[in-house]
Amino acid sequence: MTWVNAVIQGVMLGGLYALFACGLSLMFGVMKVINLAHGDLAVVAAYVALGVVAITHVPTVWSFVLVVPIFGVLGYVLQRTLLQSALNRSVLTTLLVTFGLSVVIENGLQQFLSANSKSLNIGSLVSDSFSIGSQITIAYLDLVILAVAVVILLGLQYFLSASKNGRMIRAVADDREAAQLSGIDHRHVFGIAAAIAFGTVALAGIAFGMYTQFDPTTGSSQLLLYAFEAVVIGGLGSLWGTLAGGILLGVAQQIGAQFHASDQILAGQLVFLAILVLRPRGITSRGELA
Amino acid sequence: MTAVHAASPLLEVRDLSVHHGQLQALRNVSLQLPAGATHAMIGANGAGKSTLLRTIAGLHQPSTGSVLLDGEDVTRLRPERRVRAGIALVPEGRRLFPSLTLEENLLVGSSSARKGPWTTERIYELFGWMRDRRGQRAAQLSGGEQQAVAIGRALAANPRVLLLDELSLGLAPVVVRRIYGLLPELAAAGVTILLVEQDVSQALAVAAEVHCLLEGRITLAGPPAALTAEQIEAAYFGVAASGNDTSPGPVPASPSGPAPVDQLPGAST
Repeated sequence: MTWVNAVIQGVMLGGLYALFACGLSLMFGVMKVINLAHGDLAVVAAYVALGVVAITHVPTVWSFVLVVPIFGVLGYVLQRTLLQSALNRSVLTTLLVTFGLSVVIENGLQQFLSANSKSLNIGSLVSDSFSIGSQITIAYLDLVILAVAVVILLGLQYFLSASKNGRMIRAVADDREAAQLSGIDHRHVFGIAAAIAFGTVALAGIAFGMYTQFDPTTGSSQLLLYAFEAVVIGGLGSLWGTLAGGILLGVAQQIGAQFHASDQILAGQLVFLAILVLRPRGITSRGELA
Repeated sequence: MTAVHAASPLLEVRDLSVHHGQLQALRNVSLQLPAGATHAMIGANGAGKSTLLRTIAGLHQPSTGSVLLDGEDVTRLRPERRVRAGIALVPEGRRLFPSLTLEENLLVGSSSARKGPWTTERIYELFGWMRDRRGQRAAQLSGGEQQAVAIGRALAANPRVLLLDELSLGLAPVVVRRIYGLLPELAAAGVTILLVEQDVSQALAVAAEVHCLLEGRITLAGPPAALTAEQIEAAYFGVAASGNDTSPGPVPASPSGPAPVDQLPGAST
């Protein structure tokens, strides 16, 4: 029964990882940008949520209503300025620029907000749970985060396949030059994709801040790594793969933790390595967006 | 505009030079395309034909010279803005969006369309087979079908000038004939066409005027009927045709070819 519990907890943890990873996956799939500041942006979102709560006194769980749009705008602006000018030079430059952004964010947070751990306080909601039998306890928060992840990925999938902007995003991801020849300004489309990616990372950062504690270095030391692993396990640029990858990573970590608490991270890395060796293009390898 | 000529060109290329790094791909190319006409650009591999079309479409910036659409200088416009101005390119190798369906490819083509007759419905009428297969991914279509969709995608933008780059490339002769059979229909619908082709016989059959490019220069221009096979051969390969003592150098452009730039008032850009 403890194993069943481990799998269930792993699936729910995987939802959080998938939420982290989908923005990374989208930005890579559309503009081939590997955003090394992705984890740090999630942490920034959690800090911004803290600030929003402190200023407006909205309940913490509703802070995303303000933070997600702020990050959407931030994503569009950052893509049209810094990231686009890096892209104009080369894809490699975007790696350097986002790495620099990561360093700037981390040090900025440490300088102005101290290195102390924080968390988004949602009171008793963090521990409210229900039980199935005697061994399996499911926290509402975990379940909600998983549900949000699935809804976001479903919604994103629907947006990409059914809307005009989604179609333009897929067209630009397929062939940027041919899209230009069809009258599409790919820089604007990149901006839209970045806005969505930043919105989802904000959501993930807030969820993480409710789930556990964060500090200025959490982004690069944990979140970025897990997001990467989820994306690579699932297959680059595939949203469904990202969900599957996140869940596989979560389950592997929880099963590892059954052996010993310190084996949790190790088990995740081992699965990641195994996938890299056995299915280097990911478990859903079709190699295309959505 | 001052002193409009009898046949004021819809598309005009003036003295265009394009460099790819150290290599000069086009040298002072000029041409005029009247509204409703079909002109062909022939030449060997590497002569600069595709570069010319890509420069007109805005994918390359020229080092000198200019591109004018209906008298408006579009040389500095980005490719997507030129589509909105009325220039559409069917690129070499089709370049469909492989993960999108046939219909989605057409819809992307119409996403920033000008007003005009080429609705998706009209394109389905032109290519009867498309309607039933509109849900298929572009990657699953045959080469000839993809070429047709590429033409449809460009038409969906309602272009004033349609640029066609190597339609016959990689296609079976019967498919090529079918595709070329469409061009008179497009011309009849009022589309102005500039096509680039290695297959000279196809080009001569459909074009009112051919221009021959050799190493980035226009070496010959004129209506197909006024040109002899030897002239074309000489202009195409850059050598005098065997057994016929035409001059070895470039054959001068015919009177109906590019007009001298200095005859046009306000030609400076």
